[in-house]
Amino acid sequence: MGDLLFWHRLQFGFTSTFHYLFPQLTMGLALIIVALKGIGLARDDERFDLAARFWIRIFGLSFAVGVVTGIPLEFQFGTNWARFSAHAGGVIGQTLGMEGMFAFFLESAFLGLLVWGERRLGRRGHFLAALALFLGSWLSGYFIVATNAFMQHPVGYLVAADGSLQLADFWTYLLNPWALVQYLHTMMGAVVTGAFVVAAVGAFWILRRAHLEQAALFLKTGVIAGLVASCLVAFPTGDQQGKRVARHQPQALAAMEGRWHTGPYAELNLIGQPNVEGRKLDNPVRLPGLLSFIAYGSFSSEVKGLDQFPEDQWPTNLEFLYYGFHIMVGLGTLFIALMGLAALLLPGGRLMRARPLLWVLMLAFPFPFIANSAGWVVAEFGRQPWLVYGLMRTADGTSRLVHPGQTVFTSLGFAGLYFVLGLLFLFLVGREVNHGPEL
Amino acid sequence: MEMLWFWLVSVMVAIYAVMDGFDFGSGVLHLFVARSEAERREVLAAIGPLWDGNEVWLLAAGGALFLAFPRVLAAGFSGFYLAMFMVIWALILRGIAIEFRSHVNDLMWRAFWDGVFALASALLPILLGAALGNVVRGVPLDASGYFQIPLFTHFGPANPVGVLDWYTVLMGVLVLATLTAHGALFLAWKTAGPLHDRCRGAAGKLWPAVVVLALAATWATDQVNPALYRNLPRAPLAWVGLALFLGGLAAVFTGLKRSRYLLAFLGSSGFIIGILAATAGCVWPVMLPSTLDPAASLTALNASSGPTGLRAGMVWWFIGFPIALGYFGYLFWLHQGKVKAPKEGQGY
Repeated sequence: MGDLLFWHRLQFGFTSTFHYLFPQLTMGLALIIVALKGIGLARDDERFDLAARFWIRIFGLSFAVGVVTGIPLEFQFGTNWARFSAHAGGVIGQTLGMEGMFAFFLESAFLGLLVWGERRLGRRGHFLAALALFLGSWLSGYFIVATNAFMQHPVGYLVAADGSLQLADFWTYLLNPWALVQYLHTMMGAVVTGAFVVAAVGAFWILRRAHLEQAALFLKTGVIAGLVASCLVAFPTGDQQGKRVARHQPQALAAMEGRWHTGPYAELNLIGQPNVEGRKLDNPVRLPGLLSFIAYGSFSSEVKGLDQFPEDQWPTNLEFLYYGFHIMVGLGTLFIALMGLAALLLPGGRLMRARPLLWVLMLAFPFPFIANSAGWVVAEFGRQPWLVYGLMRTADGTSRLVHPGQTVFTSLGFAGLYFVLGLLFLFLVGREVNHGPEL
Repeated sequence: MEMLWFWLVSVMVAIYAVMDGFDFGSGVLHLFVARSEAERREVLAAIGPLWDGNEVWLLAAGGALFLAFPRVLAAGFSGFYLAMFMVIWALILRGIAIEFRSHVNDLMWRAFWDGVFALASALLPILLGAALGNVVRGVPLDASGYFQIPLFTHFGPANPVGVLDWYTVLMGVLVLATLTAHGALFLAWKTAGPLHDRCRGAAGKLWPAVVVLALAATWATDQVNPALYRNLPRAPLAWVGLALFLGGLAAVFTGLKRSRYLLAFLGSSGFIIGILAATAGCVWPVMLPSTLDPAASLTALNASSGPTGLRAGMVWWFIGFPIALGYFGYLFWLHQGKVKAPKEGQGY
């Protein structure tokens, strides 16, 4: 009970991870819905409108849960991380404020129209409503990633006389190069989630021999979007993100790879167990030289190990970071393979008859959620022990006067409430899937 | 610059109170005034397209506070820790109740969510009113710039203070009554038939009670924070607020008498904005007064962000604000006239 920092971190980690299960689906679906509406409009094809209508219903449910689980996070900056808010609010308040003004108003104004207004708006107007939700949700994503990017790689700030961080240059802060790369990587991850969910529903209906026309459309949409996004999430966005981490957070890269020693021709560890006490990776399976190449573009580049850094600058939970990274990368690789295979079978409708593969596609949909969550684990645990990289330690950002017992209490409250919320969401989405595409 | 931001935050809080206020009020009332499924859905159809956007004003006001006065946000949110989580959880339940209710066509399912919607809609104005009461009364801020208070102590406004005492509870009740009466006028404006008549009846009963409560709160505020009214002579904007407050009240009663419900609704909006503007005008520049030492109070002058941030925020604020107003104008235009209950599966 004594460790206030632990409970604050657990609570924020839990509430933000649970929250992000929903926006990743809505942001991914938003792009797919715009594409479906656009194709339907261009080809004057009712089938695409029907498909969009189904996914808008799922989008609406996911959006609602995303909204109500997102509000607590805005409050928690103040309730749980008061010293961080006071210290950095002069900078990060910009993007958090802009998110409300430019993204949330746009989304909230057109959500009702997207979900209920198709008849009223007509085909073209409804397409524009879908576009508004896509713009709003993707803009919202940018403001959040830009806020996080400041914590990962602070730019555009100055240290005021009272020690607090203040904005020095608006555009430098907003267009943080870290944010641009991380944003594209994150958004592609969201499209992977959306695409896998669309493909899974298509596969489910085909396996059940129900709604075959729509199911085939879902499958095709999901597989194509899934393949493209799975490739883009790895290359170039993931690759670029890795290079940034190597350059600016070398101890995070060392921990992600379970690397304790420094040297050229660094090997890439496919698998293995980090042994923190023994300062080594147990039972590794490794590819020689590849890490140097991935991180710096040449096999002979030196990659620093944790031995180069004082222990108080190591990420605080090495094992979690290491496994988070390997789960993300491993799943990402499997996604490319799975969607690639499915795409090969698309021509001629062979995928429709490949029942074992349809089973795999149907059951694969939870894994992008896991991969996206693992990705955020890598970003946030790699940043440790810093809250604002190099400027403020996480331990110095908490609300000092909040008693740990209060945080335990509210964490349990969230656990219970979110459990019920998750059940309700699955119940309602399950009903829609079971009901089929027609209203 | 600090003064401008103080007023921008106040404006956004006032818009939030007016906008989310009418859907809070509708939520409290709908159990009583809407007696059939069709009438419940009329209420939901009236607020459905707007409630989410209304709530964004809270987030936008919070964002502006974060940007311009981060130390106020940090001290206030962490100091009212448990009360804040009550607000958060009520907001979660309320949003879910509105969005999930009509998805399942089942008597018990809908009755359950209607109850959740009404309870959360009643709890939030009480909590927000109590928050306002705390900001007027003060909190035990010390030189560290932080405080932590329990939910209640001895229910008196003297140290050691709690979130709830007789004054803050009175403010909570005042806000609950005001927003319920405000919601009754909104529904009277947007609906027709027996539902309209009941809303009108509710408004007719609630508004006199609001006047009594407002008088009581005015007297009580003088007891709790005697310095407040002494600022009146040198606070011109507080006089504007006071004029809005009285003019709004006159418009409410005129509108009710002549059955002009848009006028009455605008009147109650003016009444709410007036109270908040008068309060903001009198407390300036104090944002969070200390009950321990006036020097430890957080003010718009000692708790603000650096000048570059304030300037940059101002630029995008004046771009974003008219756009946001435009969305609301469009939504009100699109949904003008009396609402009709949507068919099953075709609306809130």
